[in-house]
Amino acid sequence: MADLSIRNLQKGFDGHAIIQGIDLDVRDREFVVFVGPSGCGKSTLLRLIAGLEEVTSGTISLDGKDITDLAPAKRDLAMVFQTYALYPHMTVRKNLSFALDLARVDKATVKAKVDNAARILELERLLERKPKQLSGGQRQRVAIGRAIVRNPKIFLFDEPLSNLDAALRVQTRLELARLHKELKATMIYVTHDQVEAMTLADKVVVLNGGRVEQVGSPLDLYNHPANLFVAGFLGTPKMGFLRGTVGAVDGSSCEVQLEAGAKLTLPRQACGQKAGASVTLGVRPEHFNIVPAGEGQLQVVADVSERLGSDTYCHVRTANGEQLTIRVRGDFGPAYGQPLELAFDTAHCHLFDAAGVAIDKRSAAEQAA
Amino acid sequence: MLTLKQSRRLQSVVVGTLSWAVALLIFFPIFWMILTSFKTEMDAIATPPQLFFAPTLENYLHINERSDYFSFAWNSVLISFSATVLSMLIAVPAAYSMAFHESRHTKRTLLWMLSTKMLPPVGVLMPIYLLCKSMGLLDSRIALIVIYTLINLPIVVWMVYTYFKDIPVDILEAARLDGATTFQEIGRVLLPIARGGLASTMLLSLILCWNEAFWSLNLTSSAAAPLTALVASYSSPEGLFWAKLSAVSTLACAPILIFGWISQKQLVRGLSFGAVK
Repeated sequence: MADLSIRNLQKGFDGHAIIQGIDLDVRDREFVVFVGPSGCGKSTLLRLIAGLEEVTSGTISLDGKDITDLAPAKRDLAMVFQTYALYPHMTVRKNLSFALDLARVDKATVKAKVDNAARILELERLLERKPKQLSGGQRQRVAIGRAIVRNPKIFLFDEPLSNLDAALRVQTRLELARLHKELKATMIYVTHDQVEAMTLADKVVVLNGGRVEQVGSPLDLYNHPANLFVAGFLGTPKMGFLRGTVGAVDGSSCEVQLEAGAKLTLPRQACGQKAGASVTLGVRPEHFNIVPAGEGQLQVVADVSERLGSDTYCHVRTANGEQLTIRVRGDFGPAYGQPLELAFDTAHCHLFDAAGVAIDKRSAAEQAA
Repeated sequence: MLTLKQSRRLQSVVVGTLSWAVALLIFFPIFWMILTSFKTEMDAIATPPQLFFAPTLENYLHINERSDYFSFAWNSVLISFSATVLSMLIAVPAAYSMAFHESRHTKRTLLWMLSTKMLPPVGVLMPIYLLCKSMGLLDSRIALIVIYTLINLPIVVWMVYTYFKDIPVDILEAARLDGATTFQEIGRVLLPIARGGLASTMLLSLILCWNEAFWSLNLTSSAAAPLTALVASYSSPEGLFWAKLSAVSTLACAPILIFGWISQKQLVRGLSFGAVK
């Protein structure tokens, strides 16, 4: 079992609040990813859980036991560092067995556990080498192995892939996902890379400025961002934002007049906004269509295009200078400055009120479910 | 105009010549000292100075008759090694806390420690002499060991601190998560990684202690006198005897020079072994 529960956790350094009251639950066998921009407090939160930083206030408990002030080693957690943090003077075998040696586990058990971890991570032939004789990917595997050997309740990962090159990162990401399933382990993973967050997580925790912005499954967050921050943070290329005001409202729809010129009617059961209220419309790049003149709702001018072969990311500007990115299937190369017309996929448009909070597009029944 | 290849070659010749010139300039006094130690007193003061002469061992024989070289050398060894070990015992925990558990006062403490080295030792000669006298520590090795430990401590702490700073704190945190106590963290992870740097620090401390003359001359006479005191004893009352002075100086330098030369190879190995990144 490994149920972690964090209540009203706060952490300050020299009077600056880094973590500002976080409540979070991590269930047994869950893969939880902390994601957010640099400086959002995600690494600090992980270090607080690990016990490497002292908590200012609040509690952390594991399986009902308060571990807030427990020494790191007593928490039954293992951490994989961004820099791997291998012991440079020890062989791979010694690196793997260090924790067990300290705990005075008998030699036969140590050997069995080390050999098992080495087998899982395909490190058998590297056991007698020193870390500096290993490649980046191999060092990373040793760092993970060091955690596996201890059989911890929770694995903590602090940006473990950011020192690897792009190809190796994709491969290691898959290995981590596989490892999570094989070990049936509970994992908490910190990254600034939203692709890692989307692909690995059962549950994503989006952090910003020391606060939790939203918690949910990757696709839930992608499809139903709770606010402008989450909407803008998740998804590549970024969601486009258009300022506007609310027009006529009835029980099933909400009219939005965009500053860029278009007028849209969005299906919304309970918009909760009065006519004239300012709102922000959010549209993901894949929810625009470029249509022949006269058939769309918004006139824009083509900026540069990024042609990837399979897709084209076409950057455009509206009449009032707002920037949008449109994803077009296949190759598409409009001339710089060419006028284009866009149609919105209104079912997938997001609407945010003046405070940046999402106006939920799900029906009341869906929300309840 | 020179081609790129020619100018590079010229550059390496010029740099090579210059480095040799500087090296010879630094080595010359030592060379001359060793040379003079094998001359007769007449040859030693001859003008012009003689590069070629009939070598003799009479100076060394004379020293052997007049004074007990090994008693002085033993004092030097005992005092230098004890002071070095003692200062490392204090410096390692101090540098550990300053490097890995930095507080607001760490930088100031480090600077303050270094600033104590700016005080001329003679400024505290009287109080320290009187302290030693009233504690019955005049002409005792203990007094010199304590004083050498303390005067070298700022430099030793600084050096160890700098080596520790190069070690990523992640490695120590990993050890902490692996269940290491603070002592295990230092003893089984930090010290082995920093051993190259620690060895060079110890060598420097040994050399500084070995060559220290001010306190040894002022606080010892015979029982605890190290080699520096032996050298000084050849420099006065009967007038200067260059050859004998050179011989005794050579004898005083030889052990630490040989020790340094032997450990140099170990040091280079140790330094490259400590590579972390």
